[in-house]
Amino acid sequence: MAQSLPVLNSDAAAATVNFNDKLAEHGLELRGSTIETLQVNVGKLCNQACKHCHVDASPSRTEIMTREIVNLVLDAIRKFRFKTVDITGGAPELNPSFRYLVAEVRSHGSHVIVRHNLTVLFEPGQMDLPEFFRDHRVEIISSLPYFLEDQTDAQRGKGVFTKSIQALRRLNEIGYGMDGGELRLNLVYNPVGAFLPPSQASIEADFKRELRTRYDVSFNQLYTITNMPIKRFLEYLRRSGNEERYRRKLVAAFNPQAVPGLMCRTLISVDWTGRLYDCDFNQMLDLGVSSELPQSIADWDPARFTLRRIVTGPHCFGCTAGAGSSCGGTVA
Amino acid sequence: MGYYNEEDLNRFSEVGKQRPDLFEKFMSWYEACQADGALTRREKALIGLAVAHAIQCPYCIDSYAQNCLEAGSNIEQMTEAIHMASAIRGGASLIHGLQAHSSVNKVSM
Repeated sequence: MAQSLPVLNSDAAAATVNFNDKLAEHGLELRGSTIETLQVNVGKLCNQACKHCHVDASPSRTEIMTREIVNLVLDAIRKFRFKTVDITGGAPELNPSFRYLVAEVRSHGSHVIVRHNLTVLFEPGQMDLPEFFRDHRVEIISSLPYFLEDQTDAQRGKGVFTKSIQALRRLNEIGYGMDGGELRLNLVYNPVGAFLPPSQASIEADFKRELRTRYDVSFNQLYTITNMPIKRFLEYLRRSGNEERYRRKLVAAFNPQAVPGLMCRTLISVDWTGRLYDCDFNQMLDLGVSSELPQSIADWDPARFTLRRIVTGPHCFGCTAGAGSSCGGTVA
Repeated sequence: MGYYNEEDLNRFSEVGKQRPDLFEKFMSWYEACQADGALTRREKALIGLAVAHAIQCPYCIDSYAQNCLEAGSNIEQMTEAIHMASAIRGGASLIHGLQAHSSVNKVSM
């Protein structure tokens, strides 16, 4: 019950605990399992500049994946059919090769997830995105940090909530987000500040009830994701004097039962240059896969990545806090 | 230094250096109270926040404001809980007005 009275279980040194030492305390070691998902970050360009963004994405970023690298990614997918290809950014739709990538991946039979920020739908040339997603049976995962305007706009920018609701309605109109439907629309909750997410089941019930009654919007699942103390969120923590307290909170909430389900065990992340990482967070910290492994998607060899040693850092406590956290929500 | 020190919140367990047996009993009871039961963890956190305001404990207010957020409550719901505590405190004062009235009546013609 560390969560009920976190202050009782923390100490000043907790902020500097080594993640691998913590694993060892519990007789654990972080190793890869069979790779199921290729997460492709097609670049840092985004139409938004959210305050918690671990990518530091914004409209002014110019780093995006070229067609040449996209083709290397597709070569890797041809060699090894990933169960799922998870496309993220930035706003991935702003990459000129985005639709080509989605169509090619689908033609090879992999399931496609797109991390869609909803508001990009109102950018020039993007109005037909819902139909594109539907026609390619894309699973959509969209951030909506809260079901109220003030909290959402505080994190994602003024006017984002209203546009997000409009976008959700459009997706609902063409069949996304219906109970039992094939077109999956999942939302992501992440705390609007320096605190941990609530129970996924309880906040999902709130979101479903409130979005339905207030806005006539529906969705399939809500994933809770813990904010990682890196990039823009770390800047916020430092600016607001919350860094030590937040890090201490993450360490105090370490849950060994979250470790077996960590996403890095079954996922490989590739950046806009083709470099490989154990996860998108490591990517943003420039922590490539372990040095004995191939470093580029051009040299992808699945056999060498099974049971790989995963590169860790203090931010990893974000994925093991409480019920755990991943790009697909809680893990424990 | 004032009478309240924010850092003491992190040192609460040091109270248990004396009579650890009593402190452990307190902790066991305290933690059992927080668990999901007939009331949810979220409801209990809101009760904790309301009581924290009623007893005006700054440590408890800090802890339970965080607990409420992490249990999924928003600031509007938390504010309603604080009003509940304040209204009951106000009512508790006000009903003593009858005692004052009785006292006055007792010596009045």
